[in-house]
Amino acid sequence: MSGAPDIEAVFRAEYGRAVSVLVRFLGDIDLAEEAVQDAFTTAVRTWPETGVPPSPAGWIITTARNRAIDRLRRESSRDARQAEAALLHAPDPSAPDTSPEEGPVRDDRLRLIFTCCHPALALQSRVALTLRLLGGLGTAQIARAFLVPEPTLAQRLVRAKAKIRDAGIPYRVPRDADLPDRLGGVLAVLYLIFNEGYTGDPALCAEALRLGRLLAALMPDEPEVTGLLALMLLIEARRPARQDADGALVPLPEQDRSRWDRALLAEGQDLVRRCLRRNRPGPYQIQAAINAVHSDAPTAGATDWGQILALYDQLMAVAPSPVVALNRAVAVAETEGPARALDLVEALDLGRYHVLHAVRADLLRRLGRTAEAATEYGVAAGLAASEAERAHLERRGRDLGV
Amino acid sequence: MKHYLLSVVTPAGGTPPAPDALAAIMRDVEAFNDELRAAGAWVFAGGLHGPETATMLRPQGGDVLITDGPYAEGKEYLGGLCLIRAADLDEALEWGRKAALATTLPIEVRPFVDQH
Repeated sequence: MSGAPDIEAVFRAEYGRAVSVLVRFLGDIDLAEEAVQDAFTTAVRTWPETGVPPSPAGWIITTARNRAIDRLRRESSRDARQAEAALLHAPDPSAPDTSPEEGPVRDDRLRLIFTCCHPALALQSRVALTLRLLGGLGTAQIARAFLVPEPTLAQRLVRAKAKIRDAGIPYRVPRDADLPDRLGGVLAVLYLIFNEGYTGDPALCAEALRLGRLLAALMPDEPEVTGLLALMLLIEARRPARQDADGALVPLPEQDRSRWDRALLAEGQDLVRRCLRRNRPGPYQIQAAINAVHSDAPTAGATDWGQILALYDQLMAVAPSPVVALNRAVAVAETEGPARALDLVEALDLGRYHVLHAVRADLLRRLGRTAEAATEYGVAAGLAASEAERAHLERRGRDLGV
Repeated sequence: MKHYLLSVVTPAGGTPPAPDALAAIMRDVEAFNDELRAAGAWVFAGGLHGPETATMLRPQGGDVLITDGPYAEGKEYLGGLCLIRAADLDEALEWGRKAALATTLPIEVRPFVDQH
């Protein structure tokens, strides 16, 4: 029986769960990570012979716990009280190795998410720590995704873990009164991870989606959690149509809609409908609803821009920002014409944001101001965040034929 | 229980509040201290005179050199401090939030090194 690929899948799925349980058990993130890595090393050695156990997560957690206890016993330098506490909570050795650990485990992961996303940590550290501890991503992989040198990223992780330990950041889900604040930070981190993957490493999108599903399962009563998951699903569904054969970006109106992922769309739209029924709209839910309207249209021309504009008005009321105003201007261009939209875009203070220049270029083109449009596409391409976007904007500029 | 230091970050060269406003702030700070005491979290709190009242002592060749002035000139200085007991950072931050509202100034929250 070939065990190696199975172990990799188990690692991806269960690393965060195992670390979460071990953090509660040991009270120390580094020790927990070491123990879980030990357990996976043992699995790589033994599973190819013994086969994958019926409950891989239970096996990993039990093995990691036993490893940690052994280590604490051996290393006299460790704090004696910590070792005693760990031994006190040691599982009954006669209990089966495959205890599924369902109930408390779910809660443990939620606690770890909130610990990683604590507002006392720098935003970049929150992102890195979430990917590291809950996603099991390696430092090299995270560093590559966020375009920072690996030592910088590693140092960031070390500092964040040290602050959690030394400052006494608690390992728990905040009280209800703190929740709106703290949950907002958690959702922002997940969306940031997703956005990094949007034009870059697709693995980050997959990880953000996985964590989003996890959070939605753990907090089914928080409509913004559902809203963020729906938003990410609806955007991810378009991935197959978003780049052409040369890797250039294909904008929404030009995408081949038959290539959209129907299963992801259906899941996202179902969640949006659930949010609508609950009627407690927040920024993520409204953005999801906007994307659901786009997804509903069989062709770009059939898009219900009136509804999209109404949703952007709602979004401007609850979470106004220049980026939202820019997106609203795009809807205005469709409903009231490009001249009206251009006035709105000119009033925005978003000079270095390439999307502003791309939108402005497009409006100028539609108004027949071709030379100005060509210049503006050039500015947008120069500021573009990714190769795919740059390629797309340069092509649009060339297509003007000036 | 851990110990945390709440430092009051005071702008240098700022205009002090008008007497009425200052009296209101002092009342709020006293109420904050009372709340800390009632919760068993109070260890010590106090305001400091300005950095112009500071004197520096520097070891130099086995002797100590005394000079007038603060350790560092800055846009901000330590205006007062409050030492508290709290179970964890979230509890300390909640006290820090109340301290910021009472003093109307930024508050830095820092943990003490654990004593075993």
